[in-house]
Amino acid sequence: MASITFPNPGLPAAAHATHATTERGWVRWTLIAVAVTFLGVFLFLPLAVVFSSALEKGFAVYLAALREPDAMAAIKLTLIAAGIAVPLNMVFGVAAAWAIGKFEFTGKSLLVTLIDLPFSVSPVVSGLVYVLIFGLQGLLGPWLAAHDIKVIFAVPGIVLATIFVTFPFVARELIPLVEAQGTEEEEAAITLGASGFQTFWRVTLPNIKWGLLYGVILCNARAMGEFGAVSVVSGHIRGRTNTMPLHIEILYNEYQFAPAFAVASLLALLALATLLAKTVVEWKARQQAAELEPRSGEAL
Amino acid sequence: MGLQLKQKSILPGFGLALGFTILYLSLLVLIPLSATFLKASSLSWEQFWHIAASRRAVASYELSYGASAIAATINLFFGLVVAWVLIRYDFPGKRLFDSLVDLPFALPTAVAGIALTTIYAPNGWIGHALAPLGIASAYSRLGVVIALTFTGLPFVVRTVQPVLEDLDKEMEEAAASLGANRWQTITKILLPAVMPAAATGFSMAFARAVGEYGSVVFISGNMPLKTEITPLLIITKLEQYDYAGATAIAVVMLISSFVLLLAINLLQAWSGGRLKRAHGGELPEIVEAGAPS
Repeated sequence: MASITFPNPGLPAAAHATHATTERGWVRWTLIAVAVTFLGVFLFLPLAVVFSSALEKGFAVYLAALREPDAMAAIKLTLIAAGIAVPLNMVFGVAAAWAIGKFEFTGKSLLVTLIDLPFSVSPVVSGLVYVLIFGLQGLLGPWLAAHDIKVIFAVPGIVLATIFVTFPFVARELIPLVEAQGTEEEEAAITLGASGFQTFWRVTLPNIKWGLLYGVILCNARAMGEFGAVSVVSGHIRGRTNTMPLHIEILYNEYQFAPAFAVASLLALLALATLLAKTVVEWKARQQAAELEPRSGEAL
Repeated sequence: MGLQLKQKSILPGFGLALGFTILYLSLLVLIPLSATFLKASSLSWEQFWHIAASRRAVASYELSYGASAIAATINLFFGLVVAWVLIRYDFPGKRLFDSLVDLPFALPTAVAGIALTTIYAPNGWIGHALAPLGIASAYSRLGVVIALTFTGLPFVVRTVQPVLEDLDKEMEEAAASLGANRWQTITKILLPAVMPAAATGFSMAFARAVGEYGSVVFISGNMPLKTEITPLLIITKLEQYDYAGATAIAVVMLISSFVLLLAINLLQAWSGGRLKRAHGGELPEIVEAGAPS
C-alpha cells in the first residue's frame, strides 16, 4: 500500500487524506444508525421475541413443553434425520470436492451447477418431487404399497427431503478450497510412496478441515430446521412423523404459544451456536491461510 | 457424457470420486427432479395451461414475485448501507452485528415465521404501533414482504462486503486529489465497483424469496387470491390430492428458478471479471507513479 505523501510539512497530511476517503461525522453516524436500526428490527427483535415468549409463562411451563412426549419424539426425529442426512452429504461433499478440485475434466462447470441446483428449488417443490416418486400415486407408489414399504408420510421420506435441501452445503464449501490448494502437495506424497488414502488423510484433510467443519455446521443447521420440504412428505403424524419445526407449527396453530416458542427457542439456540461456530471457524481458517501464505508464495 | 480427464494426473481416486458424485447426484436430485417433468408431461397442453394460468395461480405468482422483488430491493438498499458501515466504520458492537447478519441462514424458517408474526400481529411489539395508523402488517401482503426481507437479508451484505474490502483506497484518493467531492467519488467510483456484486446479491435474495415457505405461511394469513404465495398453493393442492395441479405449478416454479440460476451465474461471472479488472487495472499504479517521492 503506497500512500500519497504531501511535500508540504506544514499540511496535516493524515487528516487531509482521511477527509478525502471518508464521510463527514454526521453522515457516518446517520449511516451507522440506519444500519443498526435495520439489523435491530429484523434480527434482534425476532430473536428477543422467541426467548421472551418462550419464558412468558415461567420456567416450569418452558421445561414441561420440552419434556412432553410429542416434543421429545419430535426432537428425536429431528436428530435422526440430521444424523443420517449430514454424514451422507459430508461424504458426498468430500468426494465431489476431490473429483472437481483435483482433476481437470470436460463438463466440470456443468457438474458444479447441477450440485448447486437444490439451493434454487423451493423447499416445497423439493418435498413434492419425492411425493411424485414414492407417494401412493407416484411412479414407484404401487410397487412400494405392494411390498408394504412406506417412504412418504414416514421417516425415510423425511430423511430424503432433508438430504435434498442440504445437498450442496458441504460440497460448495469444499470445492473452491480444494481447487485453490492445487495438487502439488498430494503429488509429492504419492511420489514418495503414500497410498491414496494416506495422502487424503494426512495431506488433503488437514488442509481442508476448517472448511469441512464449516460446511457440516451449516448443513446441520439447515437439516434440523428444514420446514417446507419436510412438511410436504411428513404427513404430520403426532409423535411419529413430526420434526421440531413441524411440532412448532402444530402448537402455534393450536394457540399454544408458550410451548411453541419453547421448542422454537431450542432451534434458535442452535442457530446462535451455528453463528458462533461459524465465526470461530472463519477465524481459524484465516489463521491457517496466513500460515500457508509463505509456502504458496514459494510455490509461485 | 464426455466426462473424461483433460490432463493426466498421478493422483488416484478420480473414477471413484466422480462416479460416486454423479451417482449420488442423479439418485437424489436429478432423477427426482425429472420425475416432476415426467409427471407434468402426462398432462395435455390445455390441461397444463388451465392449471398454471388459472386466476388463483396467477394471483399467487403476482404476490410471490412482486413481494420478492420488493423485499430484494429493500435488501439491496439496506444491504449496501450495512456492508458499507461494517467495512468502513467503527462502532461499539460491530463484530456482533457482523456475525448476526447470517442469522436468517441459520434460524429455521418456521421459527422466524412465528417470531415475525408475533412481532407484527395487532397486539405485537411493532404491530400494535402500526395498527392505530391503519397499517395491518401481519396477515397482509405487507407481512409477506416483511418475512421475505428477513429471509433475504444476508445476501447483498455478504456479496458486497468482500468487494468493498478489496477496493483500493488509492482509487478514492486519486479521485479526491483530482478534485472529485465525496459524493462524486461514491457514485462514480465506489458504486460502479460494487454494482455487479450487489446485483448478484439482489438476484440471490430474489430467487430465495420466491421459493420461501416457512417464514411466510404464519404471517401472510394465506387467503386465496390475496395473500397466498405460490409454494403454499402447491401445498394446498397436494392436501386436496390434486397431484396434477401441484405438479403443473411446481413446473412453472422450477423453470423460473432455473432461469434465475442461469442469470445469477452470468452475474457472478460478470462480477468476477470486474473484480479482476479492478485489481489488475492500471489506476493504482498511476497513483503510485504520480505520488511525489
